[in-house]
Amino acid sequence: MSEKNIDDVTGVETTGHEWDGIKELNNPLPRWWVWTFYATIAWALAYTIAYPAWPLIERATGGVLGYSSRAELSQTMEAAAAARADLVTAISEKPLADILADEELRRFAISAGAAAYKVNCSQCHGSGAAGSAGYPNLNDDEWLWGGDIEAIHQTIAHGVRFDGDDETRFGEMPAFGDILDPQQIRAVSAYVHSLSGEGADPALVEAGSTVYADNCAACHGENAQGEPALGAPNLADAIWLYGSGQEAIAAQVRSPQHGVMPAWQARLGETTVKQLAVYVHSLGGGQ
Amino acid sequence: MKYRTELVGVGFATFLALLGAAFARDALFQAHMWVLFFVLLGGTVLLLRQTRWGAAAAEPVQSEAAYMDGPIRYGAIATLFWGIAGFLVGVIIALQLAFPDLNIEPWFNFGRMRPLHTSAVIFAFGGNALIATSFYVVQRTSRARLFGGDLAWFVFWGYQLFIVMAATGYLLGITQSREYAEPEWYVDLWLTLVWVAYLVVFLGTIFKRKEPHIYVANWFYLSFIVTIAMLHVVNNLAVPVSFLGFKSYSAFSGVQDALTQWWYGHNAVGFFLTAGFLGMMYYFVPKQAERPIYSYRLSIVHFWALIFLYIWAGPHHLHYTALPDWAQTLGMVFSIMLWMPSWGGMINGLMTLSGAWDKLRTDPIIRMMVLAIAFYGMSTFEGPMMSIKAVNSLSHYTDWTIGHVHSGALGWVGMISFGAVYYLVPKLWHRERLYSLRLVTWHFWLATLGIVVYAAVMWVSGIQQGLMWREYDDQGFLVYSFAETVQAMFPYYVVRAIGGLLYLIGALVMVWNVAMTILGHQRQEEPIGGAKPSSQSGLQPAE
Repeated sequence: MSEKNIDDVTGVETTGHEWDGIKELNNPLPRWWVWTFYATIAWALAYTIAYPAWPLIERATGGVLGYSSRAELSQTMEAAAAARADLVTAISEKPLADILADEELRRFAISAGAAAYKVNCSQCHGSGAAGSAGYPNLNDDEWLWGGDIEAIHQTIAHGVRFDGDDETRFGEMPAFGDILDPQQIRAVSAYVHSLSGEGADPALVEAGSTVYADNCAACHGENAQGEPALGAPNLADAIWLYGSGQEAIAAQVRSPQHGVMPAWQARLGETTVKQLAVYVHSLGGGQ
Repeated sequence: MKYRTELVGVGFATFLALLGAAFARDALFQAHMWVLFFVLLGGTVLLLRQTRWGAAAAEPVQSEAAYMDGPIRYGAIATLFWGIAGFLVGVIIALQLAFPDLNIEPWFNFGRMRPLHTSAVIFAFGGNALIATSFYVVQRTSRARLFGGDLAWFVFWGYQLFIVMAATGYLLGITQSREYAEPEWYVDLWLTLVWVAYLVVFLGTIFKRKEPHIYVANWFYLSFIVTIAMLHVVNNLAVPVSFLGFKSYSAFSGVQDALTQWWYGHNAVGFFLTAGFLGMMYYFVPKQAERPIYSYRLSIVHFWALIFLYIWAGPHHLHYTALPDWAQTLGMVFSIMLWMPSWGGMINGLMTLSGAWDKLRTDPIIRMMVLAIAFYGMSTFEGPMMSIKAVNSLSHYTDWTIGHVHSGALGWVGMISFGAVYYLVPKLWHRERLYSLRLVTWHFWLATLGIVVYAAVMWVSGIQQGLMWREYDDQGFLVYSFAETVQAMFPYYVVRAIGGLLYLIGALVMVWNVAMTILGHQRQEEPIGGAKPSSQSGLQPAE
């Protein structure tokens, strides 16, 4: 090489080519770079010997460790299931009342139910089970279909107005828009609104109480305390599933919305539904 | 008469689009054909206005000796235009994640805006930057005018048409649902045509070069063009339901489909966002630093190692899925082996500055390029690390991945492109220098701050998200519902949007600077780097 191919600044030889003023130094590969590259290759080869890696004609090499991600998953799941097998068996065998009576079992069922709730129920009832418009709050003591442990279990297991289940909870309020005239609907809405201590036009309330007695009391009761056997809500407690205020009440009188909850027994199994029932029962309003 | 062929071609295509709209089999295809019709109609009108009717004698003879810089000038402007569009949509979708009310149905919901963002920044911004710089670099380093005459113009305008069709298709709801390959079959076919023309122009120029050797930047550009062609064609193999309808079905199904998609997706990163931009780095860094490339040998070894290893790494996107274990293993170990070949580019880029490190004080363009290389090094270390199955089981599906991609995209791809465009604009428009180097410094700091905020916040949120998803109580039950993990991300999503906004503002500063440079203005300002009398050269764009 002639001397003109030496870079002045670094004293390193260049390759002698030049493109649009760009030259290239002839530096060797950095040693640390080469050795790290070799190390990653060696590690890669070792790893492919240890784990399933190279595809052959029939199947791939299995690796000397005999690893399989499916086996790893099922081992983990089995270990977790084995660790709580006693408690889960007890829950599946014992009646709900006994589970509530056994503190250890009850606490375990609450943890398990809370986990199942997060995955299956929180989408509608909310992470904190506070519900939202159309989806009941599960933390209070207002129960559409009954709040004792057996009633809660029945509702979760078979759902509400769910087509695919013969034992599902069923109750439908008629659309009173076809039965009452608009003035009567206005009156009864004012009356219902007044039941939870809200101010309303006294004359309308007076007229509404008659409409209520004639049309609504049969299901919601003389005192509007509701009837869990029919799924008829308590109208006197200022808890509203489809919104508060006279307009929202009137809308529900005219053309009621009928929410649906799936039946969970077939999807989650008896044990998980029991755990869910214990969890929901524990939230604050269980009777 | 100039533009005769072009006029006939575009006019005929306009008519075809009208026929497509008239005989469309479904409403979406019809709407999309109307879009195409009006875009092409606009093109026809523009061509008509440009055409000089009358004797052919008046045509200026194009010198074969001169470089063809017209498509490069347009490409530089298109790079900035689509860059701003892509960054803006990015900020909008970041805000949509924090404030879901900003989803405007149906056209501007997150599901349609997200591919608009990714395609705009990768293919529109990045693609235009690559096409423009590759046309510039291949001419200079081959000492030859672009091959194929006006074919380079076809590549430029054809690519813009692809972008417009892809983007409007997303907003209409036309998608293949393949990540980074969302356009439907007819848009894919068009891109294939444009891409083959691009390959012809590039290869043709290399064939007629007047240098004995092919410069390293051109190896990288060529590997990018060839591999993207292969990836695009294979991943988009599909059967249209009707030639007058938008819908098509993939030739693959199940896990084979997933693997094909991630073979494509990963190598879109590898060959589009890595190899292509390494080509850019190998020209613009030595030019701006006025120093030779550090090591010719390293460039050869890391080039071949990179392109051999990258193509096998795709399966690491499918860890712990239905993909067989052996394929997951290979995807992982090839990703690990990829670490040093990737870093070869970083070493060659950074060490090229040896003897010119003082320019970091005086030249914000060099500073941008160095930052780009630093982020390149960081994300090419992070990538192999995240491909390790144990790490991936925590990071996969979380915001960590988003943070990783953006440290590469904003840091590496964005900054090296900004540096290249800052270098190019005074050259292309024959200006003595940029309008303002101080504004480049502003851009540098805004963008850097934006990247750091974005990446840091996504690491925190991603790792928290991953930990929350796998949080079990001591009896083995899940602790958090999914909605709770989403709620926990809110503050991070707000800060992320601020990071993106900083980056966008930096890019707007650049647009201002570039526009003033093109218009021929020069801002009078103190030289950067203190009162050293000899630092006057810091003001001048390096030759």
